[in-house]
Amino acid sequence: MRRLFVLCGIATILALAPTPVPAQDFAVTIKNHRFTPAEIKVPANKRVQLTVVNDDPTPEEFESHEMKVEKVIPGKSKGVVRIGPLKPGRYPFVGEFNEATAKGVVIAE
Amino acid sequence: MLGALIIVFREVLEAGLIVGIVMAATRGVAGRSRWIGIGIGAGVIGATIVAAFAGVISQAFEGAGQELFNASVLGAAVIMLMWHNAWMARHGREIAAEMRAVGSAVSEGSRPLTALAIVVGLAVLREGSEVVLFLYGIMASGTSGSSLALGGFLGIAAGAAFTALTYYGLLAIPSRYIFSVTSWLIALLAAGMAAQAVQFLNSGGVLVALNGTVWDTSWMLSEGSLFGHLLHTLIGYTDRPTEMQLIAYIGTLFAMALLMRIARYSPREREVAV
Repeated sequence: MRRLFVLCGIATILALAPTPVPAQDFAVTIKNHRFTPAEIKVPANKRVQLTVVNDDPTPEEFESHEMKVEKVIPGKSKGVVRIGPLKPGRYPFVGEFNEATAKGVVIAE
Repeated sequence: MLGALIIVFREVLEAGLIVGIVMAATRGVAGRSRWIGIGIGAGVIGATIVAAFAGVISQAFEGAGQELFNASVLGAAVIMLMWHNAWMARHGREIAAEMRAVGSAVSEGSRPLTALAIVVGLAVLREGSEVVLFLYGIMASGTSGSSLALGGFLGIAAGAAFTALTYYGLLAIPSRYIFSVTSWLIALLAAGMAAQAVQFLNSGGVLVALNGTVWDTSWMLSEGSLFGHLLHTLIGYTDRPTEMQLIAYIGTLFAMALLMRIARYSPREREVAV
């Protein structure tokens, strides 16, 4: 019963709050021009964010037409990419500067 | 090498299309080569500076600095394109008439060139900074870099050739129609830029309202394909537009048409009509 109250309370706050709660964050690392993990599962129909950590010394551009993002991540640094809400499905992304190896996919479900 | 060529070409293509259209739109205006040259030069210098400070820009505004920067650059370009079209709506006919009479160069109208030089500069700045970062990455990774670097520079050359192709293609249009054609192209270019700008604001978390996908035509023409990419730059084609992008696109076209209409309605012309 108490849980129900808490849940109702949270739902009300979520419904009323004009500014969305911090989006769920998923980390992905670039190392040797490859993404780890190369498959990221995110909830569908929700705004989420990816923190892209570039462990390589060279810059990379995180790009996905499917998710409508393009963002340069300088070498040895990280960047936040905000995506969604995504309909259920597969959304490939690439590191544009090293497209041959830097590939990955976001799976919204 | 081919990979590097394609990546660089794709970036240069976007700026190149804009430069080609701007050159065609200023056909017959005296001093335009100098202005466009200044725009390209300033853009290249700016691109290098932006690339050098990519880390700082990226971390600014709680990690949304890059998105806000891109949105501002695009927004500024949209305003400059609007200004240009409004100016041309007022003076285009005189310039076209004079061009027919004199043959080629017209002394009048150095004013819209500042606006277009800025547009060229901003386009080169935005796309160029990515090229600079890419080439820097190649150089920094050493050994296998030289053939990639060669590919990169060939990509720039190919992009420049494409600019020339755009320009001469547009010149094939009879001078009577060229200003109306380029005005339309500039209007669509601006609308596409506005739609892109709101998407950057969305990615930056500034403007998240109305971000549902309106339609999905990626099965028909993917934005990632070369033709899709070309249309994306030229008329702002997006295979999965959001509601806000659609509003920005149509709003820009509407604002542009309104401005041109106001500009065309000059009191002087009214006197002539009476």
